[in-house]
Amino acid sequence: MDLVLFLTFALIAVACAINMSLQRHPVSSALSLIGVMVSLAVLYVLLGAEFIAAAQLVVYSGAIMVLFVFVIMLLNTGAEKMSKKAGTAHFLGFPLLVILLAVASWVITNATSAMKPVKFGAFTGGGPREVGWELFTRYLLPFEVTSILILIAIAGAYRLANKEMD
Amino acid sequence: MDYLLVSVIKTLLIAPLLLATLAYIVWVERKVIAHVQLRVGPYFVGPHGLLQPIADAVKLLTKEDFIPSGVNHFFYWAAPWLGLMFAVTGIAVIPFGPTVDIFGTKVNLGLADINIGLLWILGLGGMGVYGIALAGWSSNNKYALMGALRSSAQMISYELPMALALAAPLLMSNSLNLREVIETQAGFVYGVIPNWNLFTGFQLIGFIVYMICAFAETNRVPFDLPEAESELVAGFHVEYSSMKFAAFFMAEYCNMIIVCSVATALFLGGWHPIVPPAVATFVPTLLFGISAGFLFYHGMNNIRPNDRYSFPFFGVVFAVLALVFLIPGVGPILNSLFWFFGKVGFLLFFFIWVRATLPRYRYDQLMKIAWLFLFPVALANLVLTAFFVTLFNK
Amino acid sequence: MYSLFPPEFFKLTIPLPGYLILSAILFTIGVATFLFRRNVITVFMAIELMLNAVNLTFVTFSNHFGKVDGQIFSFFVMVVAAAEAAVGLAIILMVFRNRSTLQIDDFDTLKN
Repeated sequence: MDLVLFLTFALIAVACAINMSLQRHPVSSALSLIGVMVSLAVLYVLLGAEFIAAAQLVVYSGAIMVLFVFVIMLLNTGAEKMSKKAGTAHFLGFPLLVILLAVASWVITNATSAMKPVKFGAFTGGGPREVGWELFTRYLLPFEVTSILILIAIAGAYRLANKEMD
Repeated sequence: MDYLLVSVIKTLLIAPLLLATLAYIVWVERKVIAHVQLRVGPYFVGPHGLLQPIADAVKLLTKEDFIPSGVNHFFYWAAPWLGLMFAVTGIAVIPFGPTVDIFGTKVNLGLADINIGLLWILGLGGMGVYGIALAGWSSNNKYALMGALRSSAQMISYELPMALALAAPLLMSNSLNLREVIETQAGFVYGVIPNWNLFTGFQLIGFIVYMICAFAETNRVPFDLPEAESELVAGFHVEYSSMKFAAFFMAEYCNMIIVCSVATALFLGGWHPIVPPAVATFVPTLLFGISAGFLFYHGMNNIRPNDRYSFPFFGVVFAVLALVFLIPGVGPILNSLFWFFGKVGFLLFFFIWVRATLPRYRYDQLMKIAWLFLFPVALANLVLTAFFVTLFNK
Repeated sequence: MYSLFPPEFFKLTIPLPGYLILSAILFTIGVATFLFRRNVITVFMAIELMLNAVNLTFVTFSNHFGKVDGQIFSFFVMVVAAAEAAVGLAIILMVFRNRSTLQIDDFDTLKN
């Protein structure tokens, strides 16, 4: 059952990612990316990371991507035009990427295939209580620093988007 | 026992009930608004318009599915079903009764009992905006696009105070699982005041903030800016007809049921009755008995000739229901269901009541309420509750 | 429902490289999108996809080592991604106001 779920959602994730790369219109790309994120959330649940799965749904697909879709609709510029300037990237980039993927897969398989396989239910330390405990004890300083970062980001976004201030 | 089998049976039972409820809430809404405005509402299809939802369903199913030119076909087709899917999936984590013994099997009344129940609902609520945003964008219509933009801005803004308001009762219950949250609210303080989160500390404030946000999240009056009839014709669903139009309405009512159930579970004590258990057992029987008597009386002294048959018929139904609540094995289960659905039903009635009463806000007022009033109040409530929990170590 | 599958079916596990290779594939697709696409917003989304792929690796190793630290790290990645999206989209809005285009090729005024 684990394997079937994994294969299904891994395939959905890869298909959505490829679709995101191929679609001409940003809205289609954004929706495909949401598909990737939702299937990754399912995989997180399979890995025992319940809280991260929920955070993935709430933060990524519920807030960040809504922002993306909102901006795309606000600008409403239509589909992307083909470019003539990306010739080098196309000719050189594609084979290099395939090589990157092949090498990465080879290294990963060599290094980790002997490790114990993932079994659903074997790891249960990913609930909200455990994550929250770690976050507010051992990782308290990074947590506070991140909150300051977000404050700065809010101020920056407000300053940038507010045209009348100049 | 077979967990999968039980889940499949529960789903097969709940899904049709949910769809029927969604159809009949429309009837209730039309009736309530009509009576508030001194009209009678739907009346001619069946006794007191009781078969109106079926007629509506037939009408919507057989109507021409008109697709305007220039729409983005895939998204135009997908948007209403996407919205409905997210709304219906949220129902899965709502517990509406305690764990009961049915033929020796422990069954949780509720579909899924997961650790992250509330986060799941918040996540799906955040995703629900895609249905509306895509519908408005793909319709290729100015008004629809404006409705979609308003809706996404509104829902992102109101999610924040809503989550903060919900965090305060969670602090007191110390869990994200809705079933555990409800179970911590059992019992009574001094034997009279129910031990609900609503009556503890400052949660009345949290409850009010949550309900205001719930109105905005479900796009209901007085925050129905995305579908404002008088300025945006009908907002994001102006170009929709037939079943797709119905899907938007079903999603809206389903979202209403979800926010009301969350309020019931987190603030109003779920299936725990408001009166001490010795009295609570007889409340449903009493209520249904009184309703049956009322119906019999009006059936005998009828004003309209058709009520001579329909009123006594429903009187008999109510009397039977009143007796069913007294059967030893079934009674307690039905009793807790009665209290849960009674609270949800009251909150739904409140939604409809507000719709019949209040005018719509302006868009800048809407944003001002969220950021300058609700957000600080919810934050203050959260901080105070945190102090309260630490001090009294509840 | 249960008897449709043999009991061994429920004991099948997923090898660890499965998750890691999936992550590598998603990352590569993200890089490809980043390189080949010409719309600023799509390029930005490609970055989000790469971050997601890395998150998957973190969570996988968190599961493997039985520690929650990897999940904490991916949580921080999410938070930073949210901040980044807010600022980045504000910048894109500014750029669009000034040049009314989203094509990356047109943003070359610093060249020459």
